[in-house]
Amino acid sequence: MTVEFTEENIYDLTPDELVLTDRVAGRMYTDPDIFDEEMTKIFERTWIWVAHLSELPKAGAFKTTYVGQQPVIVSRDRKGNIHTMLNRCRHRGATVCETPSGVVNGFTCPYHAWSYGLDGSLRGIPYPDGYEGIMDKSTMGLKKLRTEQYNGMIFATFDHDIEPLEDFLGDAKMWIDRFMAQGAGYPVKVLGTHRFKFKGNWKIQLENTTDGYHFPIVHRSWMATVDEETADMMSFMTDPTAITHVLGNGHSVMQMVPQHTDLEADDGSEPLQPRFDGLVADLRAQGVDEERIRKLVYTVHGTGFNLNLFPNVSLSISFFRTLRPVSVNETIIEHIAIGPDGPPEIVDRVNQERMRAHENFQGPFGFGTPDDAEGWDRVQRGAVGGPELPVMVNRGLARETKSPEGWTTSHVTDESGMRAAYYQWKEMMGNE
Amino acid sequence: MSDPGATLKPGAWLTGRSTYKRPLSYAGISSSDPRVARAIDFVSYEAELLDRKEYVVWQELYAEDGVYVIPIDPETDNFDSQLNMVYDHDKLRRARVVRLSEGYAISAVDAALTVRTLGRFIAAEVSDTEITLRAAQIVVAYKRGTHHIWAGDVEYKIRFGATTADDRIVLKVIRLVDSQGVTPASGFLL
Ligand code: FES
Ligand SMILES: [Fe+2]
Repeated sequence: MTVEFTEENIYDLTPDELVLTDRVAGRMYTDPDIFDEEMTKIFERTWIWVAHLSELPKAGAFKTTYVGQQPVIVSRDRKGNIHTMLNRCRHRGATVCETPSGVVNGFTCPYHAWSYGLDGSLRGIPYPDGYEGIMDKSTMGLKKLRTEQYNGMIFATFDHDIEPLEDFLGDAKMWIDRFMAQGAGYPVKVLGTHRFKFKGNWKIQLENTTDGYHFPIVHRSWMATVDEETADMMSFMTDPTAITHVLGNGHSVMQMVPQHTDLEADDGSEPLQPRFDGLVADLRAQGVDEERIRKLVYTVHGTGFNLNLFPNVSLSISFFRTLRPVSVNETIIEHIAIGPDGPPEIVDRVNQERMRAHENFQGPFGFGTPDDAEGWDRVQRGAVGGPELPVMVNRGLARETKSPEGWTTSHVTDESGMRAAYYQWKEMMGNE
Repeated sequence: MSDPGATLKPGAWLTGRSTYKRPLSYAGISSSDPRVARAIDFVSYEAELLDRKEYVVWQELYAEDGVYVIPIDPETDNFDSQLNMVYDHDKLRRARVVRLSEGYAISAVDAALTVRTLGRFIAAEVSDTEITLRAAQIVVAYKRGTHHIWAGDVEYKIRFGATTADDRIVLKVIRLVDSQGVTPASGFLL
């Protein structure tokens, strides 16, 4: 049954009714009640990406971040276990840590100095006699989230009953493995993070990571500054082998540069781009062997795809992109640069090259990001008008096929990935 | 850097990101010194060009080996080994000016209007050929009903030429108070 969105019914429809096969209602971007419902029904009931393992390199290492709107700490204890817990003191609610990252023995609340271990357990209370006989310390640890990881990607959830992370990722797992191949035989590590905000709903960003259609328009000014090889590489608009697969649970993968989908399949036939001549020379001078150089330089611009994991992280070509909903019309984005984690004399020079490429496009002053953000601001401003008017996500609907793996497949400029994400959204918002 | 925890008083909290650890050099030379005054006039002119978005004129104020950088880590001088917001040498700076001027970049076409104030000038090192100057910079950026404040410390290294018209910026570093936090995306330069 297809519901028509009309001026009369648009505020009577339930959120799940706002998603149709080929369109969603503009009200989804602007209604604060829907936003509140999303926080509980989506962000508190599914796996949310919180950290990469390299951000917690040793015992005591921690990072503060958010799951939905709730502040959390992700930490590594002395046994190497990763914990995610609310950054909220069990006494009277203060945050126990306001540092973005670091290495500590535990967390002490600044207000009355209740202190917590790396696993969140309550360890110490000053002047404890006032609590004698009325409170069991063992039940007063920081509130814990469930934490699981796959190939270095750490996720947490408030829901202790949902499926294991690996089941939720499903077919996306092999794509995560392919993405991590850009470590060139080393694990991948975080090199640095750009953070910026835009005045728009989080789903506008969710759509964008699987939007091949905007690239030559919005990023024309970036394309004008790159060399011919890079421009060629990004000429997927008319390349029929550039395809998007729908992977289930709202996940999808768009392959802009199909020849770089599987970096490990490199047979050495593709020449390295001349702009990396300096990098190659420097690695040779360091005494790095030719096979290793080939691998490091071949993978320096990352994979050929964006893997979009519902709802908050995308493994985008050569970096991680996360979104954090702040309010119905404000979202914070992180662009996290990554690179191989190996001996400094080998990887440092490679990672410099990777950071320069990242700066060139990403971040608040990149040659790409500000133009994306301007587009998203404009969507939010426009979508305030006509809450019943549909946001069209129908591109390529008539040319979808099934891949041998059974994945719904279409061209990389099509909106199949958005439809998949919205289908998952509809399922979750329809839950009680 | 010595371990800050080592000198901590019992029960004292470690100071967070509220203080700089970067050493501050000070030449002890007055801002009325002709070389210092010349540098202050020069960076004020640069600031006005940026507010007016006269990027084509602006880029010629930089030496060919000049660097413009907005680091993320406010403590670092080693921009090569870290991720920055902007790290422009001559070639990239010129590409950026094209991008900001040619009309294809929607963020630049509809960029915020800016007015900036420079103040709290300190001459860090002064010679007859070169000066290193520090300043505070407040940029107020206005776009579609919203004002955003870009506050930061700026460090300039300026190479004096035969005349003031030949002075060139060798280094400009803008260390934002929120470089490690969250800023809007920008269609202009600081
Ligand atoms: S609020 Fe944390 S100790 Fe009192
Ligand atoms: Fe984009």
